[in-house]
Parts: sequence; C-alpha cells; structure tokens
Amino acid sequence: MPVPNNNAAFARKGSNVQKVPGAKSTKAATKKKDEEEAVETGTGWEEWSQGKALVRPPDQMELTEAELKEENTRILTANNPHAPQNIVRYSFKERSYKPINIVDQMAVHFVLEGSLVHQDSEEARKLGVKEGLAQEIATVDATAESEEEKAETSVNPAVDGGDVEEAGDEDRPDSAASRINKKEPKVTNQFNFSDRASQTLNNPMRDRICQTEPPPRSSFSATANQWEIYDAYVQELQKQEKNKEKQKGTHSHKDNGKSKKVMPMETQSEDVTKWTMASKILERTISQNTFDDIAQDFKYFEDASDEFREQEGTLLPLWKFQYDKAKTLSVTALCWNNKYQDLFAVGLGSYDFSRQGCGMLLFYSLKNPAFPEYIYPTSSGVMCLDIHVQYFHLVAVGFYNGCVAVYSLKEEGREPVYKSTAKTGKHTDPVWQVHWQSDDMDSNHNFYSVSSDGRVVSWTLVKNELVFTDIIRLTLTGAVSEGPKGAQAPSIASGTSFDFHKQIDYMFLVGTEEGKIHKCSKTYSSQFLETYDAHSMAVDTVKWNYFHPKVFVSCSSDWTVKIWDHTINTPMFVFDLQAAVGDVAWSPYSSTVFAAVTTDGTVHVFDLNVNKYEAICQQLVVDKKKTKLTHVEFNPIHPVIIVGDDRGYVTSFKLSPNLRKKPKAKKGHELPKGPEVEVAKMEKLLSLLREPDQNSG
Amino acid sequence: MAGTGEGKKEEADYKRLHSFPLIRHTDMPEEMRVETMELCVTACEKYATNNESAAKMIKESMDKKFGSSWHVVIGEGFGFEVTHEVKNLLYMFFGGSLAVCVWKCSYHPDAGYTCVSAG
Repeated sequence: MPVPNNNAAFARKGSNVQKVPGAKSTKAATKKKDEEEAVETGTGWEEWSQGKALVRPPDQMELTEAELKEENTRILTANNPHAPQNIVRYSFKERSYKPINIVDQMAVHFVLEGSLVHQDSEEARKLGVKEGLAQEIATVDATAESEEEKAETSVNPAVDGGDVEEAGDEDRPDSAASRINKKEPKVTNQFNFSDRASQTLNNPMRDRICQTEPPPRSSFSATANQWEIYDAYVQELQKQEKNKEKQKGTHSHKDNGKSKKVMPMETQSEDVTKWTMASKILERTISQNTFDDIAQDFKYFEDASDEFREQEGTLLPLWKFQYDKAKTLSVTALCWNNKYQDLFAVGLGSYDFSRQGCGMLLFYSLKNPAFPEYIYPTSSGVMCLDIHVQYFHLVAVGFYNGCVAVYSLKEEGREPVYKSTAKTGKHTDPVWQVHWQSDDMDSNHNFYSVSSDGRVVSWTLVKNELVFTDIIRLTLTGAVSEGPKGAQAPSIASGTSFDFHKQIDYMFLVGTEEGKIHKCSKTYSSQFLETYDAHSMAVDTVKWNYFHPKVFVSCSSDWTVKIWDHTINTPMFVFDLQAAVGDVAWSPYSSTVFAAVTTDGTVHVFDLNVNKYEAICQQLVVDKKKTKLTHVEFNPIHPVIIVGDDRGYVTSFKLSPNLRKKPKAKKGHELPKGPEVEVAKMEKLLSLLREPDQNSG
Repeated sequence: MAGTGEGKKEEADYKRLHSFPLIRHTDMPEEMRVETMELCVTACEKYATNNESAAKMIKESMDKKFGSSWHVVIGEGFGFEVTHEVKNLLYMFFGGSLAVCVWKCSYHPDAGYTCVSAG
C-alpha cells in the first residue's frame, strides 16, 4: 500500500512545486531534485515564502536519472518483523513439538502510565464511589451531564470549547460541593450492638440404672508362722533336687525324642498322601496281628466234629465288619470282587419305608476288618450293587430314590462317575437289583436294573453319560413295552429282583412284588416267555444255578425258598424256613448247595445232594430278637460266606467240611471233577422228582 | 560348742537357700502372678526392716496396676481368713521367714453397681 508522501503534502502547502507525486520523501534523491528545480525556477515571492535555501547533506548519494525514476514501493504490514517465526511448543496430546503459527505481532516501543484521571470519566466516578464520596443520585446526574458534555465537546471544535468548559466549570463545583456538603456518607457506629437470644427446649433428663453381677469371690485362709514357712521351703528344695536328678537322667533321651517328634510333625503338614501306602501297610500289619487267630482259623481250621456227625455242618464265625458311620443303616447289598477275592462291597441303606435317608457304599477287605478300604457316602439309600466281572473297578449301584450310578474305584473323590438323572430315564421307585452285562457290540459297558416302577432298563455307559433303554415293562396281565396311546394303562407289576441266565444270553427272570416270577427275553419286550406263580409275597431273590442251566432258586418273605426247573411251571423243591427269607445264594463250588438267610437271624445251608428235605446247617448267628439278616453271599474261591444284617454289620463265616463235601469217591476210581459232574449231580436229583410227575401224568 | 557352730552354719545355709520367693497359693493368671510376685520381692527387699512400708508400697502399686482395692499382709507369723475376688489372691513366702498375702476385695455395698445417666 503506497503511503501518502509527507513531502508531497508539504510541497502542496508550502510551494507550487508538484513534480514528484508519489515519490518517496525519504529518498534523498527526490529531495535533491526538488531543491534543484526550486533553485532554477525560483522567483521572488517563492523565495520569500520559502525563506530558506535548500541545504544538501554532504553525504547525499548521487543518483542517475533512471535510478531516480525508479519507483520504490514500501509496504507496511501489521507483522512484527522481530517476532520469532520458529517457536515450537510441546504438545502433550500428540507427544511432539509443534510449531506455533500465531505469534504476538504487537511490538511496544514506549509505554507511560498516566497518573491523572479525567474528572468526568467512568474511572474517576468509580474511584469516587470507592472513596465513599459519591451518592447514588448525584452520580447519576453527574454522569448524565458529563456524557452530554462529552458529546458536545466532541462535536464542537475548539471555538466553543471555552464556553462549554465554562458551563462545565459552573456545574462541576456545584455538584462537587453539593456532594460534599449534603451527602456526607454515614459512618457506622462500631460500638453500637444489639443482642438477640432465644431459649430452646431442654430435653428432659432421664436416669438409667442397671445392676451387674458382683465379681465372683471366694474365701481363703491360712496361717503363716515360722515353722510352716520353713517346712514349705524345705519341701520345695527337695522337689527341686529331685527334678534336677530327673532332668540329668533324661537329658540325653530328651534330645533324641525331640528330634524324632519334630520330624513327623513337619512332614505331616507337607503331604499326607505320601504316607498313605506306608500307613496302610502298617494298618494291615496291625490288624493281621490283632486278628491273627481268626486268620489262622480262616486258613486252617476245619471242624473236627464234622467227621462224627452224619451230615450236619457248622459255620465258624470269622471277622465282623462294621463301620461307625453306617451303624444306623442296614445292609442292603453284598457283592464279592471277582479279581481280588478278599474284597467285597457292601451297600447300606434302609428297607424301612419311613426311615429313608442317606446311604453308603463300602468296600471291605478280609485283610482289614477294622476299617473299610473305600467309603462312598450317598445321598439316598443304596438298595443294590454289582461289581463288573471283568472291569472290577466298576460298581453299579441302585438307589432308593430310583437313580442308578456307576462308581469307579480308580477315580479319586467320592462321587459316582456316572449317574442317572430324572432326564435320563431314572426309575420312579427304588431300584431293587442291578446286574452288569457283557459289553455290547460297540464295546460299551452296560448293565440292567429293575425297579418297583415295573421297568427293566438297560443302561449303557457312553463317554460320560448313561444312556437308557427300556427293556420291558412289567404288568399284572402281561408285558407291554409301549402301551398304545389312549388305551387304559395296564396296572404295573413291581419288579423286585431279577437274574440273567448264565449261558443263554437273552433269557432272564424277574421276580415281582406280587410273588410271580416272569421268564423274559431281552428281545421280546411285549410278552413273557413264562410266568411262574411262585410265592404269595414279594420275591426277594431269584437266582440261576451256577452249573445247571435249567435250575433257579427263589425266595420270598412268605417264609419259603423254592427250587425251579425253568421248563416246569411248578417248583421242584419247596423249603419252609419258618421266617421271612431275606436272601438266597447258590454256592459257587457245588450245584446242589445254597444258603439262605432269614429275618430271625438264622443262616440255612442246604445241600440237596445230602438232604433233600432239610437244611444241613441251621445256625443262629446274631441276636434273634434284635437283628434281621438281610443278605448272604458266597466267596467265589474260599469256603466263606458273608452275611449282612439290618444293623449295618457284615459277618463272615467259614463253612465246615460237611457243608462243602464232595461226593465220595469210589475206591480205585479217580474222582471226576468239573462242571459236568455238578450238572449231572443236579440232573440226577431232578430226574428223581420228574419221574413221579411223569408217571402220574 | 560344735553343735552351736553347726547350727549357725545351718542357719546361714538356710538363709541362703531359702531366700527365693515361694508361692504358696495363688489363683492369679500367669502374667499377673509373676508381676505381683516381683513386686512383693522388690518391696520386701526395699523395706527389709519395715514390713508396714513394704505392705503399703505393694498395696499402692497393686491399686494402680490392677485397680482398687488391694489388701496386703506381711509378717512372720499371722493367721487369716479373707474373702477375695477370684483370680486375685497371692499367698507367698519370701526370704525364709516372711509371709506375704496379697488379695483384692472391693468390699463396697455398691460393688458392681453401675449408674449411667443419659442426657
């Protein structure tokens, strides 16, 4: 932007030389030219008016015409040339130094603070107010006036100034005087106070008193005199001496004892599991020592009196197994382990409908009758169990609440590895018997269960769940697997026991609460192969003979044990035991021997080969009035039976020689052995019975 | 003559041996018992010739430490029957010839009577 030239303005005013409009006054060259021309064209009046000759500074530059004509423009900008261009500031947001574009362009060359304030200005008025000189009304007036004046002064040039000032002067002293005189500020009296007080409601006082028990006291009396004091000291000294002697004597021992004592304390806290094996061995050793006589009996004792008796045998009580926490429960199931013949499982629950609670699954070994090997507490009473024949760590358990579960002895913890739930087809009534089957085609383990809800269910262990299949539904009229919809549901027969044929895979027997035994097939779910009108009360147990494929035994609370040929509708043998029969079991060593237990606490052992009509051993093994026997089981190898009762005890008995007598060998003949002999033995008996039937028929 | 010499020796022996504090009866808790016993020993050693001062010192210290009101009897021969607050009695022998009985019994009709005023 070209700036108006000072010199040019000057020239216009002062002279008529108007040669270089727009040229820079600051340039010495223009000045010089002006001067030259002025000299050349100088006239009288001009000279007068100017009154001065142009003086050229000695160091003025000599410029050519071209240079003089050159137009130099100068631009004034608002920028401060001294303002720094390269200010950077650290930005925390971006974590880097950022150049700052906006720089303060103002440069202050000179500052002088004034100490005077115009009387009418706003600032002055404020000062006045501060000093307490101004009163409200006056100030308003004054300001109004002063504003008017201001307006006038700005409009009128200096000519009217005096006049206005006069008026202003007139006014001002007036107003100032009035301010000072009339409206003197009122100063508060600092010594003038007034008090105010009020009375609030006083809360009424109340006394609370309570009496505590006085501290307990007692009386003490003694007499202090010199001889008593002397005696006491002498006694004390003697005692101290004795202690010293003792300490000397035991000092060496004590050190050893201490180190010994400390050691196990430390290790115990570390890890108890390290010690389990060792402690178990120790426990076994101790129990072996404690029950040494029983162990000797178990191995070697044979009742010598048997030789002098004709047929009768005896039972020799061996170990008694009992677990404190299972005292209130009754033994509901027994099962030997096929692999470890000293190990057996005990199911504990209750047969009493009104006293159902928790149950327990225990594993005892004959080697340690003092304490169970395994303990599995259960929430519902155990009603039955079965140990798998090949996978002897697997135990199937049926509960009173209708659940079935599989425990594995290999698993840590006390929970079953498989358990049926309400979703997966659990029984709605107590499960009375479970039985492992051989693995199915996919080599999954599976077992069957029977319950009083009338279902026989097959359970398959698939990965981590139990898959169920209903095999048969028991009815009073006949077996119906799936009743047609809408049809009247047939009344249900409650299964209480079952057993699978040892050789024929599909055939099994089911005993019911109504006293009937049904021969069923796994493949025919719609009907029974046969129905035996066996008992007048619930069938407690039904079991196939180990040797003879046709024979099975059943027992019931109607006091009877019956032996059947499954091809014949009527029992082959009937034995009345004069008490409800809890359980019956075939012996694993003879086809004709079986044992039954009754609620009057008696064990009955029969050998049909010896006596077809009476038991060869009837022995009361527990208190007749208090205890009922519930179950019996033969050891698969040893001549030992275990008997469970309703007080949670399991007792083992050794069978005397008469009870496991083999048929007498004829002289010169080698005694034949093997299952064929046993089958033949049974067959012989049966044929004796069949013949009269056939004869009569 | 020899007998008396022996007797003197025995007496010295007895004095030496029987100088330790011997607690005859107490029902105090362990900590309190030890503290009280030490206090009695200190007091009796300090005022070996003036049992009254010793008793006064023991009583005042016990009052300060365990609250009022303690009673102390010190003497070479006396009989007593006292009622004391349970766990607050110590009867001991000291120095071979002194018996000290310390017990607490705030025998005041208002004992155990607390008054609380609520405003």
